[in-house]
Amino acid sequence: MLRVVSFIGILLLLVAIWEGYKLLGAALGGQWPGTEIEMKPRPDNQNMPHVWDMVAALFQPARRGGDSLISALLVASAYTLRSAVLGFVIGGLLGFGLGVAFVRSEMAERAFLPYVVASQTIPIIALAPIVVVWGGRLGLPSWMGVALISTYLTFFPVAINTLRGLRSPEWTATEMFRSYAARPTETLWKLQVPAALPYIFTALKVSATASIVGAIVGELPSGFGEGLGRALLQFNQAFTSDPSKLYAAVLVASVAGIFFVALVTLAEWLVIPAGRRVEN
Amino acid sequence: MQRPSTTTRFLALMAALVLGLAACGGGTDSDAAGETETTAAVTEETTAETTADTTGDTSGEATTECETPDTVRLQLQWFAQAQFAGYYAARDLGFYEERCLEVEILEGGVDIVPQQVLASGGAEFGIAWVPKALVSRQSGADIVNIAQVFERSGTLEVSWADSGIESPEDWAGKTVGNWGFGNEYELLAAIELFDVPDVELIGQDFTMTALLNRDIDAAEAMTYNEYAQLLEAVDPETGELYQPEDFNVIDFNEVGTAMLQDSIWVNAEWIGDEANVDISQRFLEASFQGWAHCRDNPDECVSLVLDAGPTLGQSHQEWMLNEISVLIWPASDGIGVMNQELWDQSVEIATTHIPDLQGVEISDEAFRTDIAEAAVAQLESEGIDVTGEGFEKVEVELTEGGE
Repeated sequence: MLRVVSFIGILLLLVAIWEGYKLLGAALGGQWPGTEIEMKPRPDNQNMPHVWDMVAALFQPARRGGDSLISALLVASAYTLRSAVLGFVIGGLLGFGLGVAFVRSEMAERAFLPYVVASQTIPIIALAPIVVVWGGRLGLPSWMGVALISTYLTFFPVAINTLRGLRSPEWTATEMFRSYAARPTETLWKLQVPAALPYIFTALKVSATASIVGAIVGELPSGFGEGLGRALLQFNQAFTSDPSKLYAAVLVASVAGIFFVALVTLAEWLVIPAGRRVEN
Repeated sequence: MQRPSTTTRFLALMAALVLGLAACGGGTDSDAAGETETTAAVTEETTAETTADTTGDTSGEATTECETPDTVRLQLQWFAQAQFAGYYAARDLGFYEERCLEVEILEGGVDIVPQQVLASGGAEFGIAWVPKALVSRQSGADIVNIAQVFERSGTLEVSWADSGIESPEDWAGKTVGNWGFGNEYELLAAIELFDVPDVELIGQDFTMTALLNRDIDAAEAMTYNEYAQLLEAVDPETGELYQPEDFNVIDFNEVGTAMLQDSIWVNAEWIGDEANVDISQRFLEASFQGWAHCRDNPDECVSLVLDAGPTLGQSHQEWMLNEISVLIWPASDGIGVMNQELWDQSVEIATTHIPDLQGVEISDEAFRTDIAEAAVAQLESEGIDVTGEGFEKVEVELTEGGE
């Protein structure tokens, strides 16, 4: 209950800050008093539409006689989520596999970990067009290329956290498994993986949002898709004449991210027993 | 017992996820079918080429009978919008099919350059602006213009009516927006031609917000797109939409630095094959027929375009098609046939003012008119109006946000 109240409270606070800034701007004429400095972002409706206009835009038709904007955006979200979830699952499995490989073989860790880290220093905005355009040339459907971007953003946090988590059991527990002559596979599944799960789920939550961002960025260069990336681009182009639509689309994109994180959290609740859950 | 069960649950969940995802893939059949078609089209292409070879010999009678249509791809410069209405009409109204073609329209995007797609064989036909394509040719893309669809340029430089900017000279000392990426050449040429001092060139995004905010004094706009967006925005002072009187417009056609825009390009090596010349002629016939149809039935074409883009605004697309028709019609030598004078003018401006092309000799092999001429002759014999001499622009009422 407290959570719901605080969530709504914070939401209202954010709306109040947005609208308050606009009111302040209107009162000051868009200039900080005593200076020549213009308020940025400009508090007018062209640059910062009212929150209620954004929400209203969602429920108005995207075009005359058409479906409402929200239904168009939900269809687009489903399209983007498909790529994101596929990439997320592949990335999650890949990251988990890498983590296990690294903890089993120090040589593998020393050989490959630097490259895993280096892979994340490449800006995704530079990589996305290459992956998607080349994927298209190889005859892959464009949403597969987009899923690859999501994989790329997902596997890293999972690999690092899996590695960390697999090493987290106390020395005494490891000693005990050894004294029972447990095979490495048994130690892995009965001791290390259960201990690593809270770490892995933390990584999965980070990755869930990252995979959606990755899918949206991946859709931008391809343009074949019908996902959120294309919708955002189109509304960005039409920002001059209808700014509230772009903000509405951004809202829906972030809700899609929250929805995905919520799914992962639900899975965490189902998998990890209450006593061992990390509240976050 | 607690711990093993955690692992089991984890594994079960992973299995469920993978299964769920597989089901998901199967569930979105309509999408999946569309995607497999794409890949099928790519693999089919090799077979299509071989059949084209055999039908090539009998191309005379091939127009009436069609066993296997030739599969080709058309690469656009941007997403579906009325700028490409003629091609959507030709596809959706069966004009391509009637001429034994199966055309897949590839939408453009931010990083998609049709000239490069053509050069690498990713599509058979591509839409590009002449100056941009000439720059691509100079950097090694061996492409040929087979049809000049737009006879006029749609580029404007827009400023506020109260800014006093009425001709290129007035840009002196002002901040002038442009899009870059090869969309700025007409502006740069005008600045050089009029020898305008102290122009501060500003990179502009693809919206008009910077002009409305008065962050820049002039902004680049296409008649059919960004200019309409200005007129779809609400003036905060009156609460009404902005009116044309609120803005000053400099039209590069009048300035004299206009260069040819949307045209159809092909890979030079590909068009070297006679069978592909036949395919191209049929492609042009159907595409031109599509444009003629859109000139005479704009409402139908707008709805075809709207079907291709779920978030496009209707009045905006109506405006766009109207303005696009103005750029095509009247077509002096028949739609798509390159006018030598206009080509020479574009080349002259391009080689004088575009840094990458200065002093470059542009070969006349960069374009050919024979295919378009044959297509136009064929359409005339079918009774289709290919010059649109009687075309008149209609009045389109814009609504807020272009809805």
